[in-house]
Amino acid sequence: MNPLHGYLLLAALLFSIGLAGALTRRNAILVLVGIELMINSANLNFIAFWRYGPKPEALGGIMFAIFSIGIAAAEAAVGLALIIAIYRHYKTANVDQVSSMKG
Amino acid sequence: MDAAFVIIAGLIVISALAAMTLRNLVHCALCLTVTFAGLAALYLKLNAQFVGLAQILVYIGAVAILIVFAILLTRSDDQTPRAAIFSPGCWLGVAIAVAAFSVIAGAICTSPTSNAKSLSPSSVTVREIGDKLMRDYVLPLEIVGLLLTAAMIGAVVIAMQERRKP
Repeated sequence: MNPLHGYLLLAALLFSIGLAGALTRRNAILVLVGIELMINSANLNFIAFWRYGPKPEALGGIMFAIFSIGIAAAEAAVGLALIIAIYRHYKTANVDQVSSMKG
Repeated sequence: MDAAFVIIAGLIVISALAAMTLRNLVHCALCLTVTFAGLAALYLKLNAQFVGLAQILVYIGAVAILIVFAILLTRSDDQTPRAAIFSPGCWLGVAIAVAAFSVIAGAICTSPTSNAKSLSPSSVTVREIGDKLMRDYVLPLEIVGLLLTAAMIGAVVIAMQERRKP
């Protein structure tokens, strides 16, 4: 079995775990954690394709992974700030009890 | 497929499953940190040293701490042991995830194997990465810097105490 296949299958499994968590958990923070897991699996794909790809000296996968990490950090900061604002308003962080957008 | 990959992959999958299924939110955050550390180890194993260390700095150092802070700031009082941690109708979500995994895994397993044998380990230096960032990727770099600044200001504005009208 190709080593690239192992990495791709691991990334697919991690993506599925994150997707299941983001779709099923009640707490909004855990939904965000699931999204982080999905972003990380995409990063693993970038690095694996860069390592086993035809032109590793072009550094395409590494550049994409670096920018992806930066954007994921911005997303986590804004998402957690939104969760804290929602908690302050509704006194809960469960997504099924926040059913209206207008306070 | 060597032993190190199998061990790290098992650690990643187990800790990710634990992070998504445990009841205590702090335990979830700790398992998530283990997942990030395993991914950083895989990056180091794939000869991407800079990305692995950036993963450790950004995810373990910043995002995990941020998640712990958010968990501690949003403690709800109904931490009764019988409160549901999954939303109603969660089997549909699990079914969607399983379907997505089967589709992706089928596509991976049926794809033709390229000549992706282990290339000569070309270790890329930080100097090359910085050179590339300052020459070819300077516009995306500036845009990411602008995005991070805007996100930081936006996060502060969103999470600020809203002013009560008298």
